[in-house]
Amino acid sequence: MLRKNWWKILSIFLLIYTFTAGFLGSVPQKPILNETIRNLYFHVAMWFVMMILFIISVVYSVRYLRHNKPIDDVYAVEFARTGIVFGVLGLLTGSLWARYTWGDFWSNDPKQLGAAIALLIYLAYFVLRNSLTDMDKSARISAVYNVFAFAMLFPTIWIIPRMVESLHPGGMGNPAFNTKDIDSRMRIIFYLGAIPGWTLLSVWISSLRIRLHLFAIKHERNV
Amino acid sequence: MLQRSRLLATLFRKDILLEFRQQYSFYGVLLYVASTIFVLYMALGQPENMVWNGLFWMMQLFICVNAVAKTFLQEGKGRQLYFYSLCSPVDFMLARMLFNATLMLLMNGISLLLFNLLLGSPIAHPLLFLGISCFGACSISLVFSFLAAIAARAQQNAALMAILGFPLIIPQLLLLMRLSTLAFSDVYQSGLWTIVGLLAGFDALVVILSVILFPFLWKD
Repeated sequence: MLRKNWWKILSIFLLIYTFTAGFLGSVPQKPILNETIRNLYFHVAMWFVMMILFIISVVYSVRYLRHNKPIDDVYAVEFARTGIVFGVLGLLTGSLWARYTWGDFWSNDPKQLGAAIALLIYLAYFVLRNSLTDMDKSARISAVYNVFAFAMLFPTIWIIPRMVESLHPGGMGNPAFNTKDIDSRMRIIFYLGAIPGWTLLSVWISSLRIRLHLFAIKHERNV
Repeated sequence: MLQRSRLLATLFRKDILLEFRQQYSFYGVLLYVASTIFVLYMALGQPENMVWNGLFWMMQLFICVNAVAKTFLQEGKGRQLYFYSLCSPVDFMLARMLFNATLMLLMNGISLLLFNLLLGSPIAHPLLFLGISCFGACSISLVFSFLAAIAARAQQNAALMAILGFPLIIPQLLLLMRLSTLAFSDVYQSGLWTIVGLLAGFDALVVILSVILFPFLWKD
C-alpha cells in the first residue's frame, strides 16, 4: 500500500484545498482572534498529526518487543522522527499565533510548556538510541523507553494543562472547537482537508525515511 | 502469593544488606545531600517560602538521580546474570523499587531536617508537609528506578538518566510543588484530591509499566 501513488496525489490535492480554502474562505469573525482563526487548519492539524505519528511509533515499538523483527524498530524510529518535525512545526505555528493574540511568542502557558516537554521526551529517545552501538540492544532498549515515555506523555499534554489556568483556546471559557466558535464550513475544511492531508503527507515523509533507513542498513551505512 | 511476598522480602533484605556492607556509597549520597544544602544556604541564606519549596523539590530530584542511579549502575554484569538465574525479573524490579523508595524516604527525612536547620523553617503545617514530601519522594524514586534500569542497560552514567528522566518527571514535580504550597499557609487549594489522585495514578502507572517492560530490559 505504501508504494502506491494514489494517496500521495490525494494528499497534495487535500493540502492544496486546505491552503486555498483555508486562506480565502470565509471564517466567523471573533474578537481578538479575527483572521488568526485560520491557524486551526495548520497549528491544530500539526498536533493531530504528531499524536497520530507517535501512536503509530509506539505501536511498532510494542510489535518489536513482541516479535523482535528489526523492521518494526525502523518503522518506530522513523515515525517518531517525523512526529518530532510536526511537533516543532506545531510549536512554531502556535507561537506565531500567540504573538498576535497573546502578544508574545512565548508566555510560559501550560500548553506551551506541555508541548515543549513532549518534544524533550522524544528528543531524549533519540539520545538514548544513539548512545547504544549494538543495533539489537539499541532497538530493544529504545523500544522500552518509547512505550514508557508515551504512557507518561499523555498526562503531560492531555491532563495537566487542563487542570491549570491557561489562555489557550479550549480552556477557561476561551473559544475553541465547540459549535459556537467554528462554523460547519471551517469544520469541513479541518476534518476533510487539513487532518487527512497533513496526515498523509507525514506518512509519505516517514515512508521515504523508512526506505532510506532500510537502504542504509542494507549497505551498512549510517543514516 | 505468600511465597512471592517472601521472595520480595528476601530480595529487599539483600539490597539493604548490600547497602550496609558498602557503606561508602550510602555516605557518599549523604555527603552529597549535606554539602549541596550547605551550598544553597551560603548562596541564599533563608529564602522566601516559594523559593524554599522550589529548592526543596529540586533537591529531591537531584538526590534521587544520584541515590537511585547508583543501585543499578553499581551492579556488574556477572552479578546481574546471577540474579537472573535466581529470580524472576518482576520480583527483582518490585523489590528494587521498594528499596529505592525506602532509600528516598530516608534521604527525604534527612534533607528536610537540614533544610529546616539551615534554610529556615517557613512551614506552617509540618506534618502535612512531611506527608506530602514522603509521598513525593516515593513517586520520584519509582520513576527513576525504571529509568535507572534503562540507563544501566545502556551502560551509561547518570548523565543519560538525567536526560531521560527530567522531561518525564516535570509534570509530577509540578503537581507536588503545587500540593506542598498547602503546607505553608492556610490557603485553600481547589482540586486538592484530584492532584493526589492524579499522583497516585501516576505511581500506579509507573509500577505497572515497569512490571510489564522490565523483563525486556533484563534478558540480554
